[in-house]
Amino acid sequence: MKTRIFRLLAVAALTAGCAVSAASAAEEPMKVGFIYVGPVGDHGWSYEHDRARKELEKALPGQIKTTFVENVAEGADAERVITQLAKGGNKIIFTTSFGFMNPTLKVAKKFPNVIFEHATGYKRTKNVSTYIQRAYEGRYVAGVAAGLLTKSNTIGYIASFPIPEVYRDIDATFMGAKSVNPNVKIKIVWVNSWYDPGKETDAANALIDQGVDVMMQHTDSPAPMLVAEKRGIRAVGQASDVSHFAPKAHVFSIVDNWEPHYLKTVQAVKDGSWKPQDYWGGFAEDVVKLGSINDNLPQNVKDAINTTYTKIKTGEFKPFTGPLKDNTGKEVVAAGHSMTDAELAQINWFVEGIDATVAK
Amino acid sequence: MDNVLLLQILTAAIKTGTPLLLVALGEMVCEKSGVLNLGQEGMMLMGAVCGFIAAFSTGSLLLGVLAAMAAGMLMSLLFGVISMHLRANQVATGLALTIFGTGLSAFIGSSYVGQTVKGFQGIQIPVLADIPFIGKLLFSHDLLIYVSWVLVLVVGWFCVKTRGGLILRAVGENPHNANAIGLPVLTVRYLAILFGGAMAGLAGSYMSLAYTPMWMENMTGGRGWIALALVVFASWKTKNLVLGAYLFGIASIMHLVLQGLGMKISPSLLAMLPYLATLIVMIFIGSNRMKEKLSAPMSLGQTFDSRV
Repeated sequence: MKTRIFRLLAVAALTAGCAVSAASAAEEPMKVGFIYVGPVGDHGWSYEHDRARKELEKALPGQIKTTFVENVAEGADAERVITQLAKGGNKIIFTTSFGFMNPTLKVAKKFPNVIFEHATGYKRTKNVSTYIQRAYEGRYVAGVAAGLLTKSNTIGYIASFPIPEVYRDIDATFMGAKSVNPNVKIKIVWVNSWYDPGKETDAANALIDQGVDVMMQHTDSPAPMLVAEKRGIRAVGQASDVSHFAPKAHVFSIVDNWEPHYLKTVQAVKDGSWKPQDYWGGFAEDVVKLGSINDNLPQNVKDAINTTYTKIKTGEFKPFTGPLKDNTGKEVVAAGHSMTDAELAQINWFVEGIDATVAK
Repeated sequence: MDNVLLLQILTAAIKTGTPLLLVALGEMVCEKSGVLNLGQEGMMLMGAVCGFIAAFSTGSLLLGVLAAMAAGMLMSLLFGVISMHLRANQVATGLALTIFGTGLSAFIGSSYVGQTVKGFQGIQIPVLADIPFIGKLLFSHDLLIYVSWVLVLVVGWFCVKTRGGLILRAVGENPHNANAIGLPVLTVRYLAILFGGAMAGLAGSYMSLAYTPMWMENMTGGRGWIALALVVFASWKTKNLVLGAYLFGIASIMHLVLQGLGMKISPSLLAMLPYLATLIVMIFIGSNRMKEKLSAPMSLGQTFDSRV
């Protein structure tokens, strides 16, 4: 008798347990984690990732629950934060800065059941994908506009860190400018930071003092735009639409749009079809867009911006097509060859005509 | 290097050095009373955010500056109560103040990110501004830079020439002796702390209303820390402080300028120099004899308790 009751109880408990877990599996939203290098209010890189995160929540109401950690320094701190996110039950974690690469891989090894998506990196494993926006397509268009706009034939570039993504974008900018203005020169200033409004201001002023009249930035704060507006030169925004910071100076903004990729990836994880890959999205996929082309631009510049954009979007023109030499005279891309994504990911040279040396 | 470029570099150095100068002035007075407040960065950020919000909502830059100073003073008052009345360790309290200020400023400023105000504009001082070179270098700045110069003169005069300055130093050198001869140690220290807070707030408002007229999280970018080093670097003397602030200013922009000019010197090396100098000073100051030579306040960082 005793055993029978015990058995009954056990069965009842089991059924109840199953019922509970089945119910929770159906209702509990999937957890998705994000880690940003800057504050979500930077109006640049991190801001756009966070905007995509919010869009993602809207697109899958009740099905996912997102968490984000902002302002995380690249390095040891990142590893701690990513580990925390993984421990917190996130099924997929987006690590959104180049410097999160090694921390992401380290944590991914410890959590084989969690999926990681690392932005702008080049290392992948069975649970780590990489994804990147073809910012260089926007940069090329920016270069074309800058080449046409500059009167001093000197354009400026506020660079962050000497990594492939930045080299690639500087090269694309310069090639774009050179294609319309053979006399153009580019001045590059490295600030060794992704986000430091004060330093970016100093760099912008230093460039303008030296005759730069069209400026690009590879940093995330709108400070250079403000300087450009104040000192009456032109500037191209990056990552996010920053036209309202510089209504007169603004040429256009190269806008990142991560939402399509995030939605696709999260859905793939939900239905189990996710596979590690190296995703590149550009004009064609609407992952890179041109924001707010300024009305006060001369018509020929507006036209040039639009034609170049369309040519790249349709695939008719690829900026990194040979023959290309680096600035030491070595041939880096053979005639007729368009660089593959894997090659693009490893650019560490300045294109011919740039008067600067590559950091060793 | 031609004159135009030299002028631009020196002008930029003054602009970059001004926030450092303002914070460091406040911290120097504070340290002269024997109080080490490591909360400069936090107070600066609070000043920057409150100054920006006030200027943005009222449209008055002057109100913005006042609000910034008030915010800095409130923060320093908090530091004062904890480190003076509750006798907590000054270093720990200061660090906590910085962390608190960083977080709080980000919190209250979050809805103001991305807004801009028309910041302080350059004022050409009549006649003087027309002098070649000097005029452009010294007499066409914004209001806050002129204010910083007046403050330098006032602080320098106060510390060296007045009875008040003597009392301040007496309290910083030996609070027990000062107490024994009837000087109000805590009051003096409170006043010094409040002055430090007001100056940090002012420096913050320079950042958010003149230097980069907007509010961004963490926009002071470690300048509060540099200012702390600067005070040591200047060995607690006002005139060294001015020199040091502009030297740090030059150092922090020089690597950017040289890169633009295509120089092949490592920019990281140049950016490192002021810190290296500070480090050397710090090492020397470790010994008591050097401390005397550099005129460091002898009771710096020590909690004062009149009952002991």
